[in-house]
This record gives sequence, C-alpha cells and structure tokens, in this order.
Amino acid sequence: MGVVTESQFHVLAVDDSLFDRKMIERLLQKSSCQVTTVDSGSKALELLGLRESNESDDPNATSTSPFVCNFAQEVEINLIITDYCMPGMTGYDLLKRVKESAAFRSIPVVIMSSENVPARISRCLEEGAEEFFLKPVKLADLTKLKPHMMKTKLKKESEKPAEEVKPEIEEEESPVIEILTLHQELESEQQEPMLSNNKRKAMEEAISTGRSRPKYNDITTSV
Amino acid sequence: MELVQMQKSLQDYTKSLFLDGVLDSQFLQLQQLQDESNPDFVSQVVTLFFQDSDRILNDLSLSLDQQVVDFKKVDPHVHQLKGSSSSIGAQRVKNACVVFRNFCEQQNVEGCHRCLQQVKKEYYLVKNRLETLFKLEQQIVASGGMIPAMELGF
Repeated sequence: MGVVTESQFHVLAVDDSLFDRKMIERLLQKSSCQVTTVDSGSKALELLGLRESNESDDPNATSTSPFVCNFAQEVEINLIITDYCMPGMTGYDLLKRVKESAAFRSIPVVIMSSENVPARISRCLEEGAEEFFLKPVKLADLTKLKPHMMKTKLKKESEKPAEEVKPEIEEEESPVIEILTLHQELESEQQEPMLSNNKRKAMEEAISTGRSRPKYNDITTSV
Repeated sequence: MELVQMQKSLQDYTKSLFLDGVLDSQFLQLQQLQDESNPDFVSQVVTLFFQDSDRILNDLSLSLDQQVVDFKKVDPHVHQLKGSSSSIGAQRVKNACVVFRNFCEQQNVEGCHRCLQQVKKEYYLVKNRLETLFKLEQQIVASGGMIPAMELGF
C-alpha cells in the first residue's frame, strides 16, 4: 500500500540472472519506481525500439510481440539499470548502443557489477553511465537515481537541454599550468605585475618544498 | 508455547545467525524490502537462492569430476554463487566462494575440490538455519502473531 505519485519514474532493469532481477525489481518498487525487467541487452533494445545491427532490414520481420512493439511509444523510460556481466551483449555494449542513439541517449544509464574493477568502472563512466553500483545493490544506492531521472523529466517538460558541465578536470589542470607559466616567467626574468596572490602562493610552495618538480621544457630554476 | 515466547525465540535465533557470521547485514537489507505489499519477499528470494545454488553446486560437482577440468566453466558458476550468496547475506558461503575463485584462477584442481566441499558445508549450514528461521516465523503467524522487527544492537 505505497503512496502513488502522479508522475512515477519508470525504470528498465536488465539482468540475465532471475535472482538479481527479482532483487532489483523489489528495490526499485520500494523506491516508488515502476519497473520493467528484461533478461538481456538485446531484449532491452527491442523494447526501446532499437534494432540490433545484425538484424535483417525486412520491416515485416518481427520477432517481437505486439506488447514489445508498442512499448517504446506508450512507456517513457526514465532510467536504464543494467548488469555489466551478461552473455552476448554486456551492460557496457548496451550502454554504448543507448548513447549512440539519438532518440535515447538522454536516458540515464546505470551499471551494476559484483566485481570492483576500477578500469571497468571508469570505462563505463567515460562512456556516459551516470552511476556504477557494486552489487549487492542497497536501497540507499537507489536514492542516487532520483536526480538523474528528474533531469529527463524536466528536460522533456521544458524542452531545454539541461547539461551538467563537470569542472573537475579544468580545476586540476589550471594549477599545473599556472606553475608552468611562473617558471617560464622566472626564466625570462620578466616581472609579471598581474600575478594574483594565488599564483604567487603556488609558486612559493612549489619552490620551497624542495620536492622534485615536474620538468617542463627543461626549465630549472634557482632561487 | 506462548506467542511472546515464540517471538523471543525467533529474535534470539536470528541474532545468533548474525553473531556466528552465518548471515551479515545484507540480510537486513532483504528484510527492509519486505512489507505489507510483499509479505513473503524474503522467503521468496531465499527460495530462489536455494534453487539456484542446488543447481550450481550440482554443475560444479560434475565439472570438477571431469578428466580435464574446464575452468572456464567452473569459474562463472562460482562467480554466480558468490553473487547470489552475497545478495542474500550468506556471508560464509560468499567467503568460501572467494577462496574458491582464487584456486580457479590458479587452475588448482585439488584446491578447487576442497573449496567445493567447504562451500557445500557452509551452504547446507545456512540453508538449514534459514529453513528453521522460516519455520519459527510460520509458527508465529499461524498463532496470529506478528514477526518482530529485527533490532540489532551490535
């Protein structure tokens, strides 16, 4: 007897294990989501209306039931959550196919895996996965999904692309660039009156710690 | 036996499973997923686990009895069992699977045989304990009582 919200989120869950499907289905239901589960990536693509690349081009060839054919038109999917390790099409393959499709790339995709492989995790995130959950997935993990699903709903309603720019990479690079600039300035013995306090501090720290500094263009400084 | 006594027995029994390390906190996660709309979720999922595991252990016995052991077949089975036991909270089964996978990686047939025995031992233990737990619950429900919520203070 849960509370039924007007606009419920609908999640497509993909896992080849019946046991895991039952678990994720219950977890999602408990988080007030509507759930459709499928046991393979190709079934997921079928439901979305995306064909497999090796299927025949015969438009009359349908291996799908009427339910499946109408699914994509009648159901708005707010999130796809998929297992990574599946026979045939892996969760990563499915992620790629979804992100390559103009119609569905805006659907957030979450990958689940029982194995903690950092290279696997970063590969999935780089390919556009919103989250990577380690199994067993917990109820608390699913609270992370709401913001991602909200984005698609708001997007559809406002018809404005809501893009999140992640500034982390830029922030990491700029101090390095600053130090480089300062070293070059020292080399050419130019006084830079526009040095901000931050840059000066960074320069002082780099010189005074005495640790081995990264060498840029064979710059060596003696202070 | 009085209802209150039965409820206390159930709580003590459940607690002992955690203290013995037979179950871990993931089992509590399962219980959180059970409610009025899904009153049998835990037993349904555990039953699925038993069915899956019986099958996997059978397959593993067969695979390891082959003249030439195909580790490409053995490892995925152990991986699956590790996953489902982890999801249930069957801690000792999961840990035994971790050791098992190491021996698979080393392609150590002897080691794998020993691991299989260990996994079976832990599996039958948790199966037995959970079946007892469900019986206790059924007795309480049959007497018109409620299953007390688990409160673990440790």
